[in-house]
Amino acid sequence: MSEIELNTNAATLESEGEPEAGTTRRMTLNMGPQHPSTHGVLRIILELDGETIVSASPDIGFLHTGIEKQAEALTYQQVVTLTDRMDYLSNLANNLAYCLPVEKLLQLEIPARAQWVRVMLTEISRINSHLVWLGTHCLDLGAMTMFFYTFREREDILRIFEFFSGQRLMTSYIRVGGLALEPPRGWHKLVSGFIRQLPAKIDQYEGLLTENPIFMQRTKGVGFLPVERLLDLGVTGPMIRAAGIPWDIRKSEPYSSYEKFDFNIPVQQAGDVYARFRVRMDEMRESIKIVEQCLAGMPEGPIRADAPKVVLPDREKMKTQMEALIYHFKIVTEGFRVPAGEAYVPVESPRGELGFYVVSDGTSKPARVFMRTPSYGNLQALSELFEGKLISDSIATLGSMDFVLGDVDR
Amino acid sequence: MLPEVLKQNDTAAALEAWDSSAILGGSFDLGEAMLWVDPSRIVDICRQLKEEHRFTRLSGVTVIDRHPMEPRFEVLYLLHSIERNERLKLKAALGGASPEIESVCGVWRGADWFEREAFDLFGVRFLNHPDLRRIMMPDNWEGHPLRRDFPTHGHKYSYQNE
Repeated sequence: MSEIELNTNAATLESEGEPEAGTTRRMTLNMGPQHPSTHGVLRIILELDGETIVSASPDIGFLHTGIEKQAEALTYQQVVTLTDRMDYLSNLANNLAYCLPVEKLLQLEIPARAQWVRVMLTEISRINSHLVWLGTHCLDLGAMTMFFYTFREREDILRIFEFFSGQRLMTSYIRVGGLALEPPRGWHKLVSGFIRQLPAKIDQYEGLLTENPIFMQRTKGVGFLPVERLLDLGVTGPMIRAAGIPWDIRKSEPYSSYEKFDFNIPVQQAGDVYARFRVRMDEMRESIKIVEQCLAGMPEGPIRADAPKVVLPDREKMKTQMEALIYHFKIVTEGFRVPAGEAYVPVESPRGELGFYVVSDGTSKPARVFMRTPSYGNLQALSELFEGKLISDSIATLGSMDFVLGDVDR
Repeated sequence: MLPEVLKQNDTAAALEAWDSSAILGGSFDLGEAMLWVDPSRIVDICRQLKEEHRFTRLSGVTVIDRHPMEPRFEVLYLLHSIERNERLKLKAALGGASPEIESVCGVWRGADWFEREAFDLFGVRFLNHPDLRRIMMPDNWEGHPLRRDFPTHGHKYSYQNE
C-alpha cells in the first residue's frame, strides 16, 4: 500500500482556471479499491487526458495478510490450510503447488490414484476459475446473463468439492503425502454427471458470445501488448498463450502424472482481450477432456504415500499397532521433519505459473516459503496495458487479465 | 569454482567459461541447478544469461533470511527459458548490516514488483531501482516483517494516521 498525492478523494482537476489555448487539462482519477470491476481490492490511480489514460499506477497490498510469515510459524501440514486462502478461485491448484516441493524435499512417491485424483480435481477447479472469470468479465462488459449461467455451473462444482472434502471453498483436500480423505462413495457418478452436461453449456456460452458483434467490438484489438513485452513483465498463463506462445507447464514440465494425459494447448495469435477469451474457453474444453480420461482410467490403490513418519496412520492401525500410535502422536504434536534443502516446483494454475519455493532447515516448520503467484506477475503488466488506451477499454482489459487479489497480496 | 555435478550443465559451464570470477560456486540438488554469484556482478550475469542463453523470463526474485548466520541474506533469482525449457536459480549472499544489491529491472522489467516486495518485507535495498517503495505494508510501517527476528505475533500498529 502506498500513498500517492491526490488533491481530494474524488476526481480533481490538476490546475484551476481556464486552460490556455492548445493545452489540455489532465485529470487524476482514483479507481478502487472498492470498484466492482477491479475484482477485489485493487486501487488504480489513473491520469486522464480526456478519455485517454496517460498513466496508470496500481496500488496493491490491501489484502496483505502475511501468509508467508505465518507459514514460518506453522508445521508443514498446517501450511496447506493457508494456501487455500491465497487464490480463492483455484484452491486445489494452490494445495497441489505447495505439496509438490515439500514432497520433493521428503522424496516421497505419491501413489497413482492420489495423483490422478489430484489431476482431476485441479482440472475441475480450473473450470471453476474460468467460469467465474467468464461471468464477471461479461458482467463488466454489460452482459449480465452470463454471470447467472456460469454461477449456476459453478454451484455444481462447489458441490463436488464439498462432496470430496467437506468444504466448498477452503478445501485443503490435497495434503503432503497424498489426499486428505478417500474419495467418497458415489463420486464417479457425481463428477461424470457434471462433466457430461458441461460441453453443451460451454456451447451455449459460446453461442451467446463468440460471434456476438457487441462482444467482439468491445474485445477485439483491445488490451494488446507484444508478447515479448508480456514475457519481460513477468506475465504467464493464458495471456501468453493468447499471444501465440504455446507454453504450458503441464506439458513442458509435467507434474503429478500430467504426462499420461492427452490434451492440447489452446493458442491464439492476436494477443487481445478476445483472444484471451477464446483461449480460456478452449482450455475449459481441454480440462473436460482430462477429467474424462481421469474418470475412464482412475487407478485403484492407496491414496497416501507409504511413509509412516509423514502420513498419519489409519485409525484401525492406530488402535492395534504400537508403532502406528507413536507415529500418530509424533506427527500430531510436533509435525514431521523435512530434510534440509530447497525446492521449487512450478505448476500451471488457471492464471499461470504458480510455484512455492520451500526452504527447509531440517525442522518440522518451513524456514521460508516464497509464493510465486501468477496474479502478481500478471498484474505488473497493467500499467503498460492501460497507457494510451481509452478508459472504457480499461475495464475489458482488466477483466481479461483474470487476477485474484488474494493471490496478489497474500 | 563449480562443483563436478554442475560441469555437466551447459549453462553453468558456459557461464564459468565466460567469466569464472563472477561464479562463486553452485549446487545441483533434487534436479535444480543453482549458482552462487558475485553480488557486485549480478546485472552483468543476468544480462549475459538473458542475451546469450535465452533466459527470457524472470519467474521471481526473493530473499531468504539466514538469521543469525552471516552473511545473513540470500537474494534468490528464479530464471526460466521457455525455448530451452530450462530453469536456473541464482543466489547472491549479502551481509546483514546494510544489504544492498544492484537492481535487475534493466534486464527484466518484471523484476520491479518482486524487488519492491523484497525491499518491503526484508529491507534489502535494490540500487538503481526505478521506484523502490513499500508495496505490501503501509508507508509508515517500521521494520521489515519477513525478517526472522521480526515477531510473528504481538506487533502493534495503528492505522489511524494513514
